[in-house]
Amino acid sequence: MKYLDEYRDGELTRKLLSEINQAVTRPWKIMEVCGGQTHSIIKSGLDQLLPPEIDLVHGPGCPVCVTPLELIDKAIALASQPEIIFASYGDMLRVPGSEKDLFSVKAAGGDVRIVYSPLDALKIARQNPDKTVVFFGIGFETTAPANAMAVMQAKNQGIKNFAMLVSHVTVPPAITAIMESPQVQVNAFLAAGHVCTVMGYWEYQQLVDKYQVPVVVMGFEPVDIARAILMCVKQLENGQAKVANAYARSVDEAGNLPAQDIINQVFETTDRAWRGIGTIPLSGYRLRAAYHQFDAELRFPEIQTINPQESSLCISGLVLQGLKKPNECPAFGKECTPQSPLGATMVSSEGACAAYYQYGRYAANLDQKEDI
Amino acid sequence: MSEPFDISTWTCPLPLQNYPTIVMGHGSGGRMMSDLIRHMFLPLLDNEVLHQLGDAAVLDIDLDLSRLAFSTDSFVVHPLIFPGGSIGDLAVYGTVNDVAMTGARPLFLSAAFILEEGLPMEKLGQITTAFAAAAEKTGVQVVTGDTKVVNKGHGDGLFINTTGIGLIPPGVQIAPGNAREGDAVIVSGTIGDHGMAIMSVREGLEFETRILSDTAPLHELVETMLAASLDIHCLRDATRGGLAAALNELAKSSRVGISFEEDRVPLQPAVKAACEMLGMDPLYVANEGKLVAIVNGEIADEVLAAMHSHPLGQEATLIGRVVVEHPGMVVSKTGIGGSRVVDLPAGELLPRIC
Repeated sequence: MKYLDEYRDGELTRKLLSEINQAVTRPWKIMEVCGGQTHSIIKSGLDQLLPPEIDLVHGPGCPVCVTPLELIDKAIALASQPEIIFASYGDMLRVPGSEKDLFSVKAAGGDVRIVYSPLDALKIARQNPDKTVVFFGIGFETTAPANAMAVMQAKNQGIKNFAMLVSHVTVPPAITAIMESPQVQVNAFLAAGHVCTVMGYWEYQQLVDKYQVPVVVMGFEPVDIARAILMCVKQLENGQAKVANAYARSVDEAGNLPAQDIINQVFETTDRAWRGIGTIPLSGYRLRAAYHQFDAELRFPEIQTINPQESSLCISGLVLQGLKKPNECPAFGKECTPQSPLGATMVSSEGACAAYYQYGRYAANLDQKEDI
Repeated sequence: MSEPFDISTWTCPLPLQNYPTIVMGHGSGGRMMSDLIRHMFLPLLDNEVLHQLGDAAVLDIDLDLSRLAFSTDSFVVHPLIFPGGSIGDLAVYGTVNDVAMTGARPLFLSAAFILEEGLPMEKLGQITTAFAAAAEKTGVQVVTGDTKVVNKGHGDGLFINTTGIGLIPPGVQIAPGNAREGDAVIVSGTIGDHGMAIMSVREGLEFETRILSDTAPLHELVETMLAASLDIHCLRDATRGGLAAALNELAKSSRVGISFEEDRVPLQPAVKAACEMLGMDPLYVANEGKLVAIVNGEIADEVLAAMHSHPLGQEATLIGRVVVEHPGMVVSKTGIGGSRVVDLPAGELLPRIC
């Protein structure tokens, strides 16, 4: 497939890996911010092919994983109401709330529907005027433009039976929080290519200036990833700290201005709780006052008092900050599996724990001859 | 794809014409049910055994040295009619294929229809026509059946259960536990077609595509393979859970490892694109007309050549080998030379958020 196969080319990937091998002289901790990148790295087996000096740590960029327990429980409360149709991206349905997940709500008779786009949720609202359709508006800057568009269309078209439960988060404040944490020792960041496609990469310059860490914008295919890691390693070995773009076919410095514009029209920044990490100042979006009529938390004030406590067994917060690897968790693969996840990182295929479980669980048992 | 049901060809349509949809009375055991059976099901599925409408079918089977294969499956697909097929042909081919995976020639089917009140009669006709056409194409006789009606809201339009009986010829020894080190792993064609065809018409996920379900009967392909060699150890139709589930089940049953090369797995570009768009792994997407064969490595070329001669096996490909390492586990070599464990899917396939 064009624009895909050439970025999965084995020969080119191996060539880049060999350049990484030649460039690296000492250990480096490099964080890939986005869960989609974690997934791709493990799925392609790229992590096993990197030199041992390079330690990839998995960042907080999985929207499913960082959506706070409180919001999941609020979603469950809304979805359980007979007059509500609850629409969501598919992988949110299996995220455990404090007592159950959205699949259980569906099984108990709740009208929970999987959609691929918030605009489809709007369509369901048009088709069901006697019900209220609540869409679970989660995600990073990648999903924000479409979610903003749905709310804007609902307002413009006078669709009153539509609301959004908003739990949007943004990347740069999370990177700041990680760099400010005294325990974290990340030497460089691989920024999420799709986030930068929307937002550009100009925001990262101040992070680079302040913390003196290289930030390289990275795509999602093996060639993209190997190339970004190589650019990162070269900077680290040369003592440089710059913003660099290894995903130029999709990303430029300014980003997608119309998309940013619609985000800004509909959303404003707010403090946001991240599951397993805690509240990060100004790290999320909420609906602006002009769109408050579509805010599910305001329309259904009874859910505002929901405030559950996180299970103590799960170390997903440490995993999301790159402090622990999933397989260092005592519950990994035992009490916690994709079939019965303790934390959200085991649910989404972008979650670091699920990615480890799916693709690397038995890595130690594999025949070494199979590895190159 | 099933032809639209031609209402004008019905025999004595009067009793049914009063009801354009299924009503509870169609399952009451009385005249309405009898009319439904005699005017809808019997004309389309008729044969000597079914015609007797006995409580059970009496089958004359000469076993000689053959063995019986026996399988049942229930079909609950939504939507009922989808690109490339319908629940009607799926219900025939699904069970026929399960029977065929023992190396058997399928002979007889049962058919139990659970109808939801309100199901349009025309849709039932269309689906039953597709069911009958599939049975005829496959050469199986529907010899016994059942009809029930459930209240509106208690079914998804129509559920079908079919049970199949087939004859395994002497000398055929196919079982999930028969894979041995060095065996070749063959897949009969492109994977993921059915699952993506269904996905493309699901509410909330609709996307424009020309992907058609691959629903098809595999018994003739199996016969062609067995004619090339009896040294076929395992067969599995890669339905729910896709190729990944089929390989995992065989690896676990045989207590062997399976190693395959991801780049060799045949994949239609449109299916690949749809999977990329939805964030799904085609290895886990359902098929309804594809099988996995594990055969003696030394005769793999003969079996492959035989498969290539059959319309349903033209894209058959050797994708990997049975190994002694990692017993019970399936490992793929990725395009860039890495490896990963291809585990069973956890549950329902979910489109990823981004």
